[in-house]
Order: sequence, then structure tokens, then C-alpha cells
Amino acid sequence: MIGAATAGYPLERIWQRLAGNIDWTLLLIALTILALGTITLYSASYENPARLQAQMVNVAVAFGVMWVAAQVPPQMLMRLAVPIYLVGVALLVGVALAGEVVNGARRWLHVGVVRFQPSEMMKIAMPLMLAWFFHRYEATLKLREFVASGVILMVPAFLIARQPDLGTALLVTSAGFYVIFLAGLSWRLILPVAIAGITAIGLLVFFEKQICQPEVSWPGFRTYQKNRVCTLLDPTTDPLGKGFHIIQSTIAVGSGGVTGKGWLEGTQTHLEFIPERSTDFIFAVYSEEFGLIGNGVLLVLYLLLLGRGLYIAAGAATFFSRLLAGALTLNIFTYAFVNMGMVSGILPVVGVPLPMVSYGGTALVTIFLSIGILMSIHRHRKLVQT
Amino acid sequence: MALADFKDTSQELHRFHGRLAVAGVVIFVCFGLLFARFTWLQVVQHKYYQTKAEDNRISVVPVTPSRGLILDRNGVVLARNYSAYTLEIYPQRVASLEATINALAEMIEIQPKDRARFRKLRQELKGAESIPIKTRLSDEEVARFSANAFRFPGVEIKARLYRQYPMGEVASHVIGYIGRINDADLVRLEEEGELRNYKGTDNIGRIGIEASYERDLHGTTGSAQVEIDAGGRGVRTLSSTAPVPGKNLTLTLDIRLQAVAEQAFGKFRGALVAIDPATGGVLALVSRPGYDPNLFVDGIDPVNWEALNTDPAKPLNNRALTGAYPPGSTIKPFYALMALELGKRTPEYTINDPGFFTLPGVSRPFRDWKVGGHGAVNMHKSIVVSCDTYYYGIAQDTDIDAVAGFMAGFGFGSSTGLDIKGESKGVLPSRAWKKARFSKPEHQRWYVGDSISVGIGQGYSLATPLQLAFSTAILANDGVVFKPHIVKHVDDVATGERRVIGAEPARTLKLSRRNVDMVKAALVDVTRPGGTAAKAFAGAEYSSGGKTGTAQVIGMKAGEKYDASKIEERFRDHALYIAFAPADKPTIALGILVENGGGGGSTAAPIARTVFDYFLLGKVPATMPSLDPDAAEGD
Repeated sequence: MIGAATAGYPLERIWQRLAGNIDWTLLLIALTILALGTITLYSASYENPARLQAQMVNVAVAFGVMWVAAQVPPQMLMRLAVPIYLVGVALLVGVALAGEVVNGARRWLHVGVVRFQPSEMMKIAMPLMLAWFFHRYEATLKLREFVASGVILMVPAFLIARQPDLGTALLVTSAGFYVIFLAGLSWRLILPVAIAGITAIGLLVFFEKQICQPEVSWPGFRTYQKNRVCTLLDPTTDPLGKGFHIIQSTIAVGSGGVTGKGWLEGTQTHLEFIPERSTDFIFAVYSEEFGLIGNGVLLVLYLLLLGRGLYIAAGAATFFSRLLAGALTLNIFTYAFVNMGMVSGILPVVGVPLPMVSYGGTALVTIFLSIGILMSIHRHRKLVQT
Repeated sequence: MALADFKDTSQELHRFHGRLAVAGVVIFVCFGLLFARFTWLQVVQHKYYQTKAEDNRISVVPVTPSRGLILDRNGVVLARNYSAYTLEIYPQRVASLEATINALAEMIEIQPKDRARFRKLRQELKGAESIPIKTRLSDEEVARFSANAFRFPGVEIKARLYRQYPMGEVASHVIGYIGRINDADLVRLEEEGELRNYKGTDNIGRIGIEASYERDLHGTTGSAQVEIDAGGRGVRTLSSTAPVPGKNLTLTLDIRLQAVAEQAFGKFRGALVAIDPATGGVLALVSRPGYDPNLFVDGIDPVNWEALNTDPAKPLNNRALTGAYPPGSTIKPFYALMALELGKRTPEYTINDPGFFTLPGVSRPFRDWKVGGHGAVNMHKSIVVSCDTYYYGIAQDTDIDAVAGFMAGFGFGSSTGLDIKGESKGVLPSRAWKKARFSKPEHQRWYVGDSISVGIGQGYSLATPLQLAFSTAILANDGVVFKPHIVKHVDDVATGERRVIGAEPARTLKLSRRNVDMVKAALVDVTRPGGTAAKAFAGAEYSSGGKTGTAQVIGMKAGEKYDASKIEERFRDHALYIAFAPADKPTIALGILVENGGGGGSTAAPIARTVFDYFLLGKVPATMPSLDPDAAEGD
């Protein structure tokens, strides 16, 4: 016993060093969602078991990234914000000039042997930069600063949108918008935009028949983007083509019923009716097999995660930390909401993964990087005050 | 300053918390919206989507029955099925047909005729899902395609049952053939309410027994509920209803007799029908030339189709059923019987035949075939030597409508009711017929001169070889009529039930036995020395009755002499012969027509002799080919 106690003392310190910055509440919720995601992925990738192993590697990498991020104090992040942002914008310009075209869009950049999408990086770089910006000009927050922040936001958003990658552009814009919103942009500016947006969507639904005719072209939209919106408004117009995703995923969700068909029992999933069933449409698999009860559980888990994130934001030490924590949390919300809305047929098909459930390394790392940053912010909540 | 700072900070923190609260509310609202949507889909509309998912998952696949076999009266197989692979293209799923076929041709031999047939079928079968590009693949070809199948979406190998006619040309006009179901068939099947039963069936009887017994042969299509994936591939069978196989047909036809009869025609075109007078069962039904019905299975290629259609010998015509020819002198025994029955003549009634017949008021004489005439001719002799002048007299004395009434009893002028579709009715001339046939009043009137020509089976008279055989059978059977039929019985393989066709007599003609015997005795003497068929039946070991006939193809001008050697073959006379044997208790009655054969006694009667020799004595001609169905190639 004595030996064990003396041996335990240094172990305890090591553990303290390793786990000291970890927020167990956040981690527990994330792990629960991840567990649900993993069993769903198992069902979705029955024909390709290697996919599950690959995802386990992704999880390990993501945990590593989370741990590292949790060790980095917010001040350090603040110092890195501007360089990261500038590098990101530079890379986006690089993509525009020398990017690789895949599926008709110029999104990828070759850096040595690695091929990656700089637009992904902007999902974190944007809130980081804007949080830094507002923190820097905290004392003199006037319209001028908000206009400047708008420029910071619009430059990369524009570059991403013209790749074209409207989905990511919207996600980056929304991430930036959350910072601006939390920084205190006047309601007088937010409300008109919100009302205009809701009115536009209303008109779109109402005049769907007229504006979705093939010969009608929408200014500023590519044909495939127009088609995505039109297919969402009425999937039956193209049941075998563009509407197939939505129709089949809606059938999967609806046929799941209250209790679901049971794990590994989803016919839509296992007879390959759901396209992209391990990535963007994995929620259709989950929903078919676990039903309304499963969906409720997942929504509650996300709510807990988001609640914890907002709680951390509320208690963060600096303006920078608060804005960053809030924006990252709302970012996760955007992913979850847009993905589930897309699969259940109330939002257009944009390539957004379901956080911690969809297969894919980049998305998983991005999410756990955000969680790591949240943990760091939580850990350092009192540092400035003391 | 510090206080202001603090105030500022707290005010700012307050505002930040307010914004967070707003964000929280938005999150709740959005998630609430999602949950409402899930509830809508998974609770309110659950039933609807559950059905949709089941419809996705389950496909009802037809299981086609195997087609019934056709056997001759001795159980020899005339039509059967075998299983083979075809390579089929789904045009809807293929981007470029031409490119696909070219790529396939690199692996599997695809001949120009395969391509031509594919194009033809594609024209005809607009409603079909898949169209065969190559049929009857070898095992090696199947293996080669299977290894490359991934390169050809929309191209599949299918196992199909093929129809095979092991006898080839023999009895082709009887058995007929099947062909790919076309759009017109689909419309007809829909009208008949049979469309469901033909789901999954590719072929349908086109002609012959294959067509007229289609319902029996086809069987009942079964079904299987199959779970399918999004690509339409079957994953497993959930439940199934077995198909009921088509019924087997046993014919009254004797395929060996049929082959002997076909052989006997040599190079001549023509037709022969042999009927068992005691049952109406058709023993042989020949139409020469024939064709290979195997060519039609699964769609005939355009080259062969063109060849068959443009052949001047018209091999696709079933002359026995659809060919209407002047019956010529073969009508005489029926005229004689009619004259006796109607009291127009007695057997002893004798004329002195000068070789022609004149009608009062008509300057042109009606000639006898024998220049100078037959001298004194009674009824018996009139049949034996086929005296035309004797029948001109009967025709003059008997009103044409009375003739028509009598002849109708022997089946002239109407369908015999044979169980193969497409019979011609021929022409049984009467006043009513002529009135309906012509439009101008002067053409519609019946003249006595018309009756005179009809009296020797010329003029307006037309009969099919089947009608010739049928009328002969009625006469041979002393007026007891059995409807001709070619299927003896229909067997349900599944239940063992047997349906027998046409066992009961249809009707009996009221005839005096004495009159019938008188005519039949004269017909027997036709085959004996002095008769017109004496040469053909010289030395026969049985006695048979018969009557020769010669039908003019072109009208002779007055004073013109018929000289066969000077006339182009296609204008030569048709040769006819009707016969029955054995004379005392006939078991076979024949109607024979040889197109442009010249004389009935010289060309048609010898065919009857060959047929009778085989049927009654079992004498097989030296040149007979083997008829072993298993010796036939599987092609």
C-alpha cells in the first residue's frame, strides 16, 4: 500500500498534467454522440468495414488535436489569429489562381503531397480573426469597426463562393456573423436583414413553379445551385436525378417511425437506397434505425453540448474568449441543424457533415479542435481577473 | 476610470449574455422545428413512408411457366423447350447503343444479322425493357462477358427457355412457330385481360397450333416477391407462387406419315390433307414448300425474313388452309350423289357424249376434256372416266341454289372448323353469293352458263385442300360428319387432367345408303384399269377410292388446244386428287393439290399411292430421312 501510494504520487501529477485542461462534462457529451455516430457508421458502412477502422484513426487524431488545443492558452490563440487568417486568405487566392478542379469546382490546393481545401481552415480562422479584431477594438466599437469586420468576413467568403462552394461560403459567413452578432451589432442592422431573408425564402417557396423552370436563370447562381434549391422545394420533379437524395432520405426517416427499424435493420440503408449514407446522409441511417426516440436523444445530446459551450462562453475571461467560444459553439449548432434539416427535407442539400457522426477526418478534427479551444477557454476563465 | 471601466465591462458582459440568450432561443426554436419535422415524418406520415420503403424494397417478379410440349399421335416430340443464355441490352440504361454493341463485339462474336435483328426488334418492341443482341451464348461467351460485365451497365445475361422444333421443316405449317411479343400483341392481350399472365413472357404463338392453342400452351405465370437493392438486383426471395406449366398437346397427326407425304411432293408446290374419316382427326397436313420454324424463335433476322417473303414459291403460305383452288373434276362424285339424292338422275341414266355440250341460245360449246367424247356414258362411267359432258347436263338440270345447299353439307363454302386458325372459306357459288360478290346489276345476275362451269368444278368454284379432304372424309364415312381437328388431347401436366378434342360426330347428312355406295363403288373403279388413276394404283395391295381432277389456271380460248409442254410452268394446270382407303372401311381420306402439276392422274394420284402404301402397309419410301428428334441439332 505504501509502495503504491509513493508510486501513485508522481502518476497523479502526470495525470494532472495530461488531464488538467480537459473539461469532462464537454468530453462526456461529445463521447456519447461519437459513440452513437460510430454504431451508426458501423451499420452504414456494412459493405466497407475498412471505413470504420479509418474513422477510428480519425477519432484518435481528433482527440490528439483536441488535447493540444486544450493546452494552448487563449492569449496564444489571439496572437495566432491574424497570421492564420492571412495565410488562409493567401491560400484561397492560391486556389483561385492555381487550384485543382474536382467535379467542376476549384476547391483543392496541392501542397507538396497533401491536397487540401483551404476553405475548411477558414471555418475556424474566421471566428478567430473576428474575435481578435473585436477584442482589439473593444473600447471603440462603432459602426466603422463593424463595417471593417464585414470586409474581413466578406473577402474569404467571396473567394470561397466563387470556387464555387456555396455551402462552405455560407458556413464561413455564418461563423463570422456569429462573432459580429455576439460582439453586439445593432439590432437595427440585424432585424432588417433577418426580415428580408425570411421574406425572400417565403417568396421562393410561393413562386417555386415559375422560377424553377429550366429556362429561368438566377443571377449570381450557378445552374446546379439553382437546381439544389428547386429540388428541395419540390423533390418529385426529378425523382431519379437531383431529387433522389432527398426523396430517399425522407423515406428512410419517415419509415423509421417512433421506435425505428432497429440497428442494422434499416432497409433503405442496407439495400443502398440512401446515397452518401456514411457521410452527409448518415442521419438518414440513424433516423431509420432508431426512429423518433433516437432523434430525440440525439437532439438532446446536441442541446447539452451547445448548452455547455454557451455556458463556457458566458463565463469566459476575455472578450476574445467569449466571442470565440460563442461562435465556435454556434458553429457546431449550424452544422447539426443544417445537416439534419437537409436530410429530413427542410433545407437544401449542402455538403455539411453531421458533427461527430458523419464519416470524415477533416470535419471530425475541426469539431474536436473547436471543443479543445472551448476547454482551454474554460480552463483559463479566471486567469485575467486574478 | 476603473469604475467606468468596470461599468463598461459589466454593461458589455450584460449585452453579451443577452446575445447568448437570443442565440440559445434560436437554437431551441430550430431544434424544435427539427423535432416537429421528425414527428411529422415519423408519426403523422409514418404509414405513407413505410409503404414507400416497402415498395422500394420489394419487387414482384413474374416467374414464367414453361411452354407446353407438342407431340405427334405416337408421342414423337414436335416442339419442346431448352434453356440457354442470351445477351440483352436495356436501351434505356445505355448511353450509346452503337458504342455498346461495338464494345461487346470485341468479346463476343456479333454478326451483322444479329445487329440487324436487334434493330428490327427495337422497332417492333417499343414497350420492351430489354432486347437481345445475341442469343444462345456458348458457355465460353457467358464466362467472357461475366468477367467484363462491370464495363457494361445496362447489358445483362439472361437465362431463357427457348422453343425448339426438332423436326425442322417437317410439319412446319401445322406446328407453326412462336415470335417475340410485339406492341400489337400487348394491346390484344390487354383487351383479352391476359396481360398480367404474360408478364415476363417474351414469346407468343404466331401461327399454326402454337397460335391456336396459345392459351393451353402458355400456362399460368407465377410470381416471386423479391427483395431488391437500389440497383434493382435481387437480394433474396421472400415468397413465391409457383407457375403452372403449359399443357402438353398430343396431335392426331402422325409425323412419319407427314414426312412421307411431304417427301412425296418432290419439288412440286402444293398441299395435302389426310383425315381419319371415323374421327375427323387430321393425320397429315402438308403445304409445300415449308420453312424452318426454328428461324422464328426469339425473332427472325431480316435476311431470312426477306428471303422467305420474297420467295416466289411463297413458303410461308399454308396452302392446305388458305389456298383456294378450283376443285375441278374432284367435285364430280358430289355432283353425282346430288343428282341421285335430288332425283335429277338415276345411276342408269346414260348420255351419248360427242365431246362437247351445247346450251340452247349459246353458240360456244362447252368442251369435254376428251376430244371426240367418251361415247355412251352412264353415271358409273362418268366418274371412272371423268366425263365432263355428263356433268354439264346435271348442272343444267339443277338450280345453282339447290347445288349450293347440297354442297354446303359437305363443307364447301365454309370453314371446316379445324383447330388451326386462318382457314379460307373457298367459294360455293350461288345466286346470293354472286349478288354479294359483284356490284353492277348485269354482273350480279346468275346465268345458266355459270352453272355449267361450276358443274365440273371450274368457274366461280374454289375449295381449299382441307375442304377437299373434309368432303371426301364425309363421303367415305357415309355422311357422318366429324369436325376436323389436329389436336387429339390436351394434358394438364400439373393435375393429370386430359381434355379430348372432337370425339363426337358433329352432324349426319341425310343420304341414301344405296346412292352413297353407288358413288363410292365408282370411285374405287377410278383406281382400277380403265379409271383415270389406274396407272398410279396399279398393283396396289388394298382397294381405295379416288377421283382425279385438273384445274385450269388460265382460261383457254375457243379452239385453242392445251399443250402442257408449250405453257410456262406457272400457267400449267393444277393437279388434284381426292381419295379414301381402304375402300370398305376407310381409315384415311385425302385431299391433294399439286400446283401446276399438270394432270391429277399423273401427278397427284401417285402422291396418294405413296401415302396409302405407308399408312396401310408401312412401306417407307427409300429416300425417307431419319425423324429422330434427338438427332436434330440444338439450333
